[in-house]
Amino acid sequence: MNRLSTFFYKRPALVTLLLLAIPMLYMIVVYLGSLFALLLNSFYFLEEFTGLVVKEFTLSTYVQLFKPTNLGIFGRTAGMALAVTIMDALIAFPLSYYIAKFASRRLRTYLYIAVTLPLWSSYLVRVYAWKLILSKEGILSWFVNLFHLNSLLDALLSLPGIGGSSLSLSPIGMFIAFCYIWLPYMIVPIQTALERVPKSLLEASSDLGAKPSQTFRNVILPLAFPGVIAGSIFTFSLTLGDFIVPQSLGNSRFFIGQAVYSHQGTSGNIPLAAAFTMGPVVIMVVYLLIARKLGAFDAL
Amino acid sequence: MTNSAIRFDKVSRYFGDVKAVDAVDLEINDGEFFSMLGPSGSGKTTCLRMIAGFDRPTSGSIHLYGQEVSDLPPYDRDVNTVFQDYALFPHMTVGDNIAYGLMIKRVPKTERAKRLDEILDLVQLAGFAARKPSQLSGGQRQRVALARALINHPKVLLLDEPLGALDLKLRQQMQVELKSIQKRVGITFIFVTHDQEEALTMSDRIAVFNQGKIEQIGSPSDVYERPASSFVAGFVGTSNLVSGEVAKRITGSDQKFSIRPEKIHLGSASDVLTETMYKANGTVRDVIYLGLYTRYLVSLDDGGDLVVIEQNLKTTSMDVLKARDQKVVLFWEKDHISRVGG
Repeated sequence: MNRLSTFFYKRPALVTLLLLAIPMLYMIVVYLGSLFALLLNSFYFLEEFTGLVVKEFTLSTYVQLFKPTNLGIFGRTAGMALAVTIMDALIAFPLSYYIAKFASRRLRTYLYIAVTLPLWSSYLVRVYAWKLILSKEGILSWFVNLFHLNSLLDALLSLPGIGGSSLSLSPIGMFIAFCYIWLPYMIVPIQTALERVPKSLLEASSDLGAKPSQTFRNVILPLAFPGVIAGSIFTFSLTLGDFIVPQSLGNSRFFIGQAVYSHQGTSGNIPLAAAFTMGPVVIMVVYLLIARKLGAFDAL
Repeated sequence: MTNSAIRFDKVSRYFGDVKAVDAVDLEINDGEFFSMLGPSGSGKTTCLRMIAGFDRPTSGSIHLYGQEVSDLPPYDRDVNTVFQDYALFPHMTVGDNIAYGLMIKRVPKTERAKRLDEILDLVQLAGFAARKPSQLSGGQRQRVALARALINHPKVLLLDEPLGALDLKLRQQMQVELKSIQKRVGITFIFVTHDQEEALTMSDRIAVFNQGKIEQIGSPSDVYERPASSFVAGFVGTSNLVSGEVAKRITGSDQKFSIRPEKIHLGSASDVLTETMYKANGTVRDVIYLGLYTRYLVSLDDGGDLVVIEQNLKTTSMDVLKARDQKVVLFWEKDHISRVGG
């Protein structure tokens, strides 16, 4: 045992290699490998008559992506992802700030558990719970009825583009469910970032004459920004790829996840499904580049 | 009254049942270098935080140049703080850190740049404005923290153990520098420290804190030569405390007194004593050679131990170590003892 320790002590490079071997193997073979397979498939095309995939290089599948219906799918999904991200950031920030800076140690633990508790139950259960809550006969309409706010709800549902016959059948309902489901993924990184800001920095800012709003703008927000970006990467990419929420809630208009699901499933159009999948990849790369430009990773 | 920079009237601060600061009265003069000295948990930092506005007194009032400030938030007080951990904003450059207070007060850009250059010269950091705090050494960060506070020309500058994280050489250098900066800018400095040497080196006056109360306020020589209590005698420098029967044999009174180890001479029975001296007989129990000086532990024949320090003017380590187990006569000037209560 002792000789083994000495053996490794003298060969730090070998230790590094052994520690990284399995995750590296997984990353390169399983993860990057399947991404590459995806990329490869997206350059094939589906022969219309035979319904068979032709393994020849072509860009025709990508051209299909630019059909108005497909562009609409991308726009709709990215718009929803952006809206959900912004809303989650707005909800998560004050809560994270409270947890990180004001809550007592004990309360902080309880709040932390409360935030992550929903993740203990199945994602499907939570989506279906929202379907019931938001449905026409659901508990939310019951409350709306109780407070005589029906006209307000009707006005909301009659909004073009995001309205529908009921909350559960409208993009608004989908938005609510998305915001709820991804919220913990936004709270945890922001809270972690805020916890790393020493209290003395806030005192120093105040000491130098900054009112609380100025301290927030000049010190807290810039230092918490990497956390917000980390959270937004979760909420944004999770919304981009999801197909269960749009299928269970909302109207019949497709999101990216549903398009991929149906193309690779019922129609067997693997190349188009692969091409659709490259969409979120490109969107995320652009998103990260913008985030870097905004200085989100400067403090890392 | 108008001359005092800070005045505490019966200021208390409780944390639950703990009396961090207990009915403290205090007056700090304009332009003075004032130190708050005490062990951790003695209430000195809480006093500083109440002056800055980070903490509010449970009772009592604090005046800043005659104005009651107890209920003013930090950003409405004309004082600035140098923090123990420096609290530099990691996402800003050195220049932006230092000019932060001016930026908040909407001082025009040209004037901001001018004052930034001046202050960078004062703290010897010219040319560092574009760097990030993470690229600086501990001593440099400390100067940035000082510059960031001083650039606002506060009425009072608060320093919360700012030299604690520096190594000994740098700390001694900064002590001299801080004092000279204070003289040049003429601002009242309030310096919190647990290091008695630091307090003695720099201060015009020192307040010695213990358990939420001030034990003594006075000039460094007052506090050192004439400690008002056995706590002060023990905390500021090392001191021998003698009481009871032993004190009575030496001085004729059983009142407790303290005597500094360096005031005691180590002699032999053949030494002739004058009327102005006290003496005590004893045996050297231990000798510790410390280069610059030697520390002797002497057991008195009447009971109790005294620590004696003698400079190694002529002696070498070989000489001093011979003193072990020798009979000696200790003597010192009567003036050099302080009668202490408690």
